Amino acid sequence: MDLETLLQVLDSTIRLATPLLLACLAGLFSERAGIFDIGLEGKMLAAAFFSGAVAYTTGTVWLGLLAGIAASLTLSGIHGLASITFRGNQLISGVAINFLASGMTVVIAEDWFRQGGRTPSLVGDARFKPIELPLSGIDIPLIGPIYTDLISGHTILVYLALLLVPASWWLLYRTRFGLRLRAVGENPAAVDTAGINVTGLRFAAVGICGVLCGIAGAYLATALQAGFVKEMSAGRGFIALAALIFAKWRPWHALVACLLFGLLQALSLRPDVVTAMTSFDVPVQLLDALPYILTVVILAGFVGKAIPPRAGGEPYVKEQ
Amino acid sequence: MDRLPQWADVFLIPLISVLIAFAISGLVIVGIGEDPVVAVQTMISGALGSTYGWGYTLYYATNFIFTGLAVSVAFHARLFNIGGEGQALLGGLGVALVCLAVDWPHWLVALPVAMIAGALFGAAWAAVPAYLQAKRGSHIVITTIMFNFIAAALLNYVLVNHLKPPRAQDPSSARFPSGTNLPTFQDMFSTAETTLFRGAPVNITFFIALIACLLVWLLIWRTKLGYQIRSYGQSEPAAIYAGISPVRITMIAMLISGGLAGMMAINNVMGEAEKLVLNAVEGAGFIGIAVALMGRNHPVGVILAGFLFGFLVQGGAELQFTTSIPRDLIVVIQALVILFTGALDNMVRIPLAKLFTRKGGA
Repeated sequence: MDLETLLQVLDSTIRLATPLLLACLAGLFSERAGIFDIGLEGKMLAAAFFSGAVAYTTGTVWLGLLAGIAASLTLSGIHGLASITFRGNQLISGVAINFLASGMTVVIAEDWFRQGGRTPSLVGDARFKPIELPLSGIDIPLIGPIYTDLISGHTILVYLALLLVPASWWLLYRTRFGLRLRAVGENPAAVDTAGINVTGLRFAAVGICGVLCGIAGAYLATALQAGFVKEMSAGRGFIALAALIFAKWRPWHALVACLLFGLLQALSLRPDVVTAMTSFDVPVQLLDALPYILTVVILAGFVGKAIPPRAGGEPYVKEQ
Repeated sequence: MDRLPQWADVFLIPLISVLIAFAISGLVIVGIGEDPVVAVQTMISGALGSTYGWGYTLYYATNFIFTGLAVSVAFHARLFNIGGEGQALLGGLGVALVCLAVDWPHWLVALPVAMIAGALFGAAWAAVPAYLQAKRGSHIVITTIMFNFIAAALLNYVLVNHLKPPRAQDPSSARFPSGTNLPTFQDMFSTAETTLFRGAPVNITFFIALIACLLVWLLIWRTKLGYQIRSYGQSEPAAIYAGISPVRITMIAMLISGGLAGMMAINNVMGEAEKLVLNAVEGAGFIGIAVALMGRNHPVGVILAGFLFGFLVQGGAELQFTTSIPRDLIVVIQALVILFTGALDNMVRIPLAKLFTRKGGA
């Protein structure tokens, strides 16, 4: 494989890994605080629609981003209400949120735009544009093309997602808030005994999750593509969930997992590259299924056991 | 919360939850500038106003009864099987392989074999997550979700690369031989003078679904195995103390659950499409979750909820024709039913319990 093809595949890996990474970090905050979230998919989808719709209507992508985050936060609020306030089943709540987003986005899109459940195409300032970093186009062999084609030329949300990895690590492992957040996912009773508000912490975690899913969804509709189409999250929320387990709920590992799954997605768009590399026909469907298969293998504990936060999924009932 | 009388727990809470879900759905209809009353009238006349409408309503209900039972059986063992969609897809593959294998002389011969194949394929697809849950503690919710995606990819591969007849455009299998065509309600109930259920896909599988409900009821409430499944679901430590093996119960409950989901394929693949198509299940596996929650995991409840969702899906299709309400509204209703009968159960239960204690105390 020549350098140009390699750079193309890696470039699309980064672009496809970005929404996975944002959603994966979103899930990380929620699950570290003991709230399982299989509704990442729905939150992304809702955010994708509202960011696309508002960006189209106002012509300003930043307003679109805010609308996407607001939509995602609303669903987070429902999830928090169900799983924290009313101590309901977090998994069932997540399932409901996914369907709610799946149905509502199309119903509202039809009402607003009447284009078969999509928004009109976004042009100009309604989209995030690639940023050419300084010195791009520099003429040095190997390093020049890598810098220009791979590192430079992404939208701001890509760089934001990458920066959020060390930021999340710092927040979770180097601040008091992070320590408490992780503690509330392991042993909420102990946190409560220390006089810290379990409910507040869990709502904060669910809120952070909502914001990050909102950015992930906005990225889909306003950066990766130019507008919202029906079901455009296309299972990415579940791949992010898979990456989260793959990463064993740790930020840096999440980056690696999302890049790996992004690479698989990039390769399934380029079956010719896969055929050239392996010299036999790898079915595209196998590449599609590989993230899920890998997750099952990891979950089975054959390659190091993935142990979720201990209080995950359990509503906290304060002792009377 | 144990202060509630049983009738309130079984009827009142689901009823209130469903009413809240419907009320919000009505607001959504108002929000997009349509009249909810007209919408309900359209749905009723579309789904129940003719034997044709009934034929579709009952056809969908048959699917949902199978997947609803599947989710219910797993729920009794406190296992959340989100994998009904994938298990039903695989069941479809099993049914298709049987139907295409030989030139069946009569549906009465083909049907039992197809049922067994559908159930076996569905159960096999549930077996891996079940085994991983039982033996290695891998969370069954996550593994069954993953298996849904793997099933979709696998089916896509099999259809495109193996089952698709050469030179065919669509990724679907060849038509099944006519010896596998199941009798529809039109065949069964039309008289010489009047044709009933004309062109509707409801078929003999509807009665098989009802028999499945009876068998599940017998299994859960009238056999030792059912008692063990329920004990395990109520309290794992108590069940272990009583000598019930968690591995055995997890495996059996999931195999039955997957088998029921897989058996749905005799309705949609063998009965309706008469060939295997991509996305044959059309979300019925997921609607099964709503059906089980709403039906309180009881076969009678599953029949009622399955019928309600059959009505919603068929009525929703009619809405699309006559109003500007897209049929995706049904997905919203489904989501709200899952939310209020499942996750927000306590929101209804706690105030209701307070109400009952106040009455009891006075």
